Amino acid sequence: MKHVMKTALKVFALTVAALLVAGAAMAKDKIVVGFSQIGAESAWRVANTESIVSEAKKRPNIELKFSDAQQKQENQIKALRNFIAQGVDVIAFSPVVETGWTPVLKEAKKAGIPVILSDRAVDTEDDTLWVTFMGSDFVEEGRRAANWLADNYDKVKRPDKSSDVINVVELQGTVGSAPAIDRKNGFEEVMKGHPAFKTIKSQSGDFTRSKGKEVMEAFLKAEGDKIDVLYAHNDDMAIGAIQAIEEFGLKPGKDIIIVSVDAVRGAFEAMIEGKLNCTVECSPLLGPQLFDAVEDLAAGKTLPKRIVTKEGVFPADVAAKELPNRKY
Amino acid sequence: MSFNPACLKNENLGKLVWPLVALFAIVVFNVIFTPGFFNLEIKDGRLFGSLIDILNRGAPVMLVSIGMTVVYATGGIDLSVGAVIAIAGAVAATIIRPDYVKGVIEYGEMAPLVTVIGVPLLLALLAGLWNGALVAYVGIQPIIATLILMVAGRGIAQLITEGKIVVFIHEPFQFIGGGFLLGLPVPIVIVAVMLLVTYLLTRKTALGLFIEAVGANPKASQYMGIRAQLIKIATYMFCALCAGIAGLIICSDIKAADANNAGLFLELDAIAAVIIGGTMWGGRFTVAGSMIGALIIQTLTTTILTRGIAPEVTLVFKALVIICVALIQSEAFRKILTGRLAKTEAGQS
Repeated sequence: MKHVMKTALKVFALTVAALLVAGAAMAKDKIVVGFSQIGAESAWRVANTESIVSEAKKRPNIELKFSDAQQKQENQIKALRNFIAQGVDVIAFSPVVETGWTPVLKEAKKAGIPVILSDRAVDTEDDTLWVTFMGSDFVEEGRRAANWLADNYDKVKRPDKSSDVINVVELQGTVGSAPAIDRKNGFEEVMKGHPAFKTIKSQSGDFTRSKGKEVMEAFLKAEGDKIDVLYAHNDDMAIGAIQAIEEFGLKPGKDIIIVSVDAVRGAFEAMIEGKLNCTVECSPLLGPQLFDAVEDLAAGKTLPKRIVTKEGVFPADVAAKELPNRKY
Repeated sequence: MSFNPACLKNENLGKLVWPLVALFAIVVFNVIFTPGFFNLEIKDGRLFGSLIDILNRGAPVMLVSIGMTVVYATGGIDLSVGAVIAIAGAVAATIIRPDYVKGVIEYGEMAPLVTVIGVPLLLALLAGLWNGALVAYVGIQPIIATLILMVAGRGIAQLITEGKIVVFIHEPFQFIGGGFLLGLPVPIVIVAVMLLVTYLLTRKTALGLFIEAVGANPKASQYMGIRAQLIKIATYMFCALCAGIAGLIICSDIKAADANNAGLFLELDAIAAVIIGGTMWGGRFTVAGSMIGALIIQTLTTTILTRGIAPEVTLVFKALVIICVALIQSEAFRKILTGRLAKTEAGQS
């Protein structure tokens, strides 16, 4: 009986050992990435998660450990500590708030695990604590919107409208939010070089459809047909404003040229109907770029401190072709 | 109850004077400084202009403040109206496009208008029943009882739409928020009808007196044989119904249900409107006053938007005007002011 037990034990030990070795070999092949997501607070965020998870599945050399922080920093710090304890190869996360990350990032640095910031920045004095920050550049989005206008206004404007004095109205995002501030600044920066464009009205539409509609209604009552261009900080406000313009009796996209930011599906539908002229992408689809960066890191390459998301500008004429590709 | 103009003058009209003065002041400001503010045109048989915009955009707040007024008169408050608005919109949109959140673009069979309107309103009534039961039977403070649904309700709405904005096309339903009746936008007509119904119910029956009695002294009214608990539940249900209708208007107007933002902070506007209008907490109420209050708030918003005040200072500006309105309404403040004036005059002579 004893003999049998001993043999069984030996076999068991050997199997475990073999499994361990195999496991270690497997792990060597795979780059283990720990990703801590903020939560699922908006459609944009859901698309962001979806992009990261599905991209990880596509790459055989990547193993993703995904953790949802449900909008709480303490959960996120716990997740990061877990990743460190498990000895993952790379940590990536979208910080829920900007401050309070220094201790846990130091722990990661001590353990020799590189950290990638995804779509939001952290506020820490020691910027060696993270390797790179990838995400959209809101200022650049504002610039792109302005550039598209400057280059294309003459082509799309109503023939009888002047191209020397162009009256722009702006629908800002939520007052004080980073995208609202940056998209406004980027737009103004480029428009300085194009004095024909004059912003005559600028109000906050809170990034929502109903506010966008209400504010545009008031703009139209005040300025009427004098408005040549609408620049909206997101597509939802633009879609609300389009309804207001139609109810006012003007043709959106023709009488008033409309540019907005985000490139959500609704914007493409509006462009196909000819009611929106151009949308500048602000993409949540960070998955491919994230794992490219991870692979570069594993290959020993140094990453730039700032990786700007690859984003396009979509004018109305490509809308029909692009719509089926939109994931958000 | 016999109609007595003298009594009306003293009791009701007297209360309305100050809010009316405030509204008048804002309007006069616009007459002088905002060109075209009073232009009313008829375009394709529809009235058109800033004034119509004010009534149209103010319709949700006006509706909710009708309900809020009666709740307030019973000594209660309803914080959950914004959440009920979000739920009503989310449910209506989901009935129209049940599979949209799963990524299905097709509509399937067009939902009949009765369901699209009826189900959300029934749910709103249910929400009101919940609020009312918590307040009347469980005895929780109204501010806490309705806070529960204020927080949870928006979450429920977001669950229904999965955090997405559900867009839809449904011609009959769009009529509620975007249609025209007799040249007027439908929301204005709905408000008028609700006002009439409320007026008839509270001023042509004893219900109005019951509500005021319950608010002024629930114990005494109980002894008098008024079923205070039932009255309270009824007012919360009525308030939730008003919110539900407002939710349908908002949702139908933008042809989409935005559970994150629909009706957000609207409860605060409604409460402000009721207080500006001069309804007492627990006691005499005036729906007309609340309407004027709602109009003051909306006229202010439209003025800010048409005049182009910097968005960073918009809220401060709004707050300043509302403080002024509240102050000139306060009898104590007016006494202090007139007292001072009298003193200085006496000192001078």
